[in-house]
Amino acid sequence: MFVYLSCVVLLLIGLYCVAVKKNLVKIIIGVAIMEYAVNLFLVVLGYRHGGTAPIIQAGLKDPLFVDPLPQALVLTAIVIGLATTAMMVAIAMRIYDRYGTFDVTKIRKLKG
Amino acid sequence: MMNLLPTFVAAPLGAAFLMLLVSRISRKLADLLGNLCTFYLLAAAVALYFLRAPFQVVTYQMGGWAAPIGINLVLDGLSQFLLLTVNLIAFLATLYSISYMERYTAKDKYYTLFMLMVAGMNGVVLTGDFFNLYVFLEIAAVASYALVAFGTEAEELEASFKYLILGTVASTFILFAIAVIYGLTGTLNMADAALAFPQGAAVARAFIITLFIMGFGMKSAMVPFHAWLPDAHPSAPAPISAMLSGVLIKALGVYAVVRILYNVLGMTPQLSYMLMVLGAVSMLVGVLLAIGQWDLKRLLAYHSISQIGYVILGIGLATPLGIMGGLFHLFNHALFKSLLFLNAGAIEYTIGTRDLKQMGGLSRKMPVTAATSLFASMSIAGIPPFNGFWSKLFIIIACVQAGRLWFALAAVIGSLLTLASFLKFQKYAFFEKIKQGFEGIKDVPLAMAFSMLALALLCLGIGIAYPYAAEYLVNPAVVAVGRGLGYSKTVLGGF
Repeated sequence: MFVYLSCVVLLLIGLYCVAVKKNLVKIIIGVAIMEYAVNLFLVVLGYRHGGTAPIIQAGLKDPLFVDPLPQALVLTAIVIGLATTAMMVAIAMRIYDRYGTFDVTKIRKLKG
Repeated sequence: MMNLLPTFVAAPLGAAFLMLLVSRISRKLADLLGNLCTFYLLAAAVALYFLRAPFQVVTYQMGGWAAPIGINLVLDGLSQFLLLTVNLIAFLATLYSISYMERYTAKDKYYTLFMLMVAGMNGVVLTGDFFNLYVFLEIAAVASYALVAFGTEAEELEASFKYLILGTVASTFILFAIAVIYGLTGTLNMADAALAFPQGAAVARAFIITLFIMGFGMKSAMVPFHAWLPDAHPSAPAPISAMLSGVLIKALGVYAVVRILYNVLGMTPQLSYMLMVLGAVSMLVGVLLAIGQWDLKRLLAYHSISQIGYVILGIGLATPLGIMGGLFHLFNHALFKSLLFLNAGAIEYTIGTRDLKQMGGLSRKMPVTAATSLFASMSIAGIPPFNGFWSKLFIIIACVQAGRLWFALAAVIGSLLTLASFLKFQKYAFFEKIKQGFEGIKDVPLAMAFSMLALALLCLGIGIAYPYAAEYLVNPAVVAVGRGLGYSKTVLGGF
């Protein structure tokens, strides 16, 4: 249970970072922390105490495997996370070109 | 018919990557490929209505693996209804793009992103697997983030960044909820998860629902989560605004909420009340914020929040008439809001501004735009016999029947305020005297006019033939939603 809760705490740290920080790069880091928290949660879900890698070998009797499905999910989630992070960094760079700052309080052309 | 299902994802996905090759040869070929692909999707979505026996559930096993282990695509009434909505708007938006997108440089990249977005939405609507839903949702979302920033002006980048951060946070919540479901049930298949969901786990169930409402609420811009929409939707090019407001918030937000709450987790009175409150608040807050806007597309974007409120209110009622009204309004909103955004695009294309104060007297110079926008304004304001009137009437009657008089009153007030707001749009844009400098303008090119005319005629036609639309178009979806937790048996049982 403690491990699961620590994943939630990590998620909340990321959320705090997104909500409070003023710098675009720090906000991106916050989103990345949130993604890692969920990935970690998935990996922990699949863990079995004393389990081995899920590879079927000859002569292995009654093996205890860790659940391989969450690992596959995490791989996919990491790739998706890479795509969104790349997108965020690319847009943050273009914003820097236009506004000359990473400070969200100064990036305010939209209103209403 | 079963083999038609994967092509809804495969065709736009293939077209997206072919587009970059084809556009090397000629820009015209990119136009042709984009439009052929969306035309095929629309034809296939219409054909499904004739091929599928009434109320039948069709499944397709990806790679031949059976359902709980493999990934399946599920076509029931609700999916079919959303497929038609998505691909109809997608076809008319690509047709409109042929002329409209000439102003931008990278038209091939625009089509690529557009196709990826369509593939993602079709995937979300068809899939029967939670993780698959997440992946398709992200494909559509990442494409839409890029499309919002497509003009790369300062405001567009700012809007896109805001949308991107909120959208990614929402997706993270959704993935977290999916992980919790996997931990509880040991399966990712929606139908299987509904069966395997443990009876006693009330806290976990509430936690999952909270995460899903936060995630999908953000995607569908219900009121406490709406902040990104009025920035993001106006910043995109007009056909993309039409796609985002017309279908993206519904396919990614409303559809997923309906599918998960009704068919997987099961609807309860508390949940129903929560959805109704969210819907009513969105309805009123959206329209109140819209009234003061002078930027035409921003005004329309606030109305999207308000109209999504109607859809959520109807669906939240959880009575057959309420669901019917909500889903019917979803379809109608896709028609008239896309049309309004295309109108806004036509005005911007012709006179180069979206500020209502600088317009005036356009009706004489732009007859097609003026007439179609009048149709759309009357539809959204709920004037009979246009389609918006009937769906709003269904929702209000359903509220009264369920004894929710305050919600019915809120819906009526929202509708009156919408009317006021669209009278303002019509007055400032099309009536009064024409402004100096606009004497020489002409109406938009043929392809753009065709898209707008088609949508306007659909608004009127569905309004006049509303009993048929309700019976043949929307009712299969209502039956699919009303099946509730029986969804699992029909999907896994094969019929």
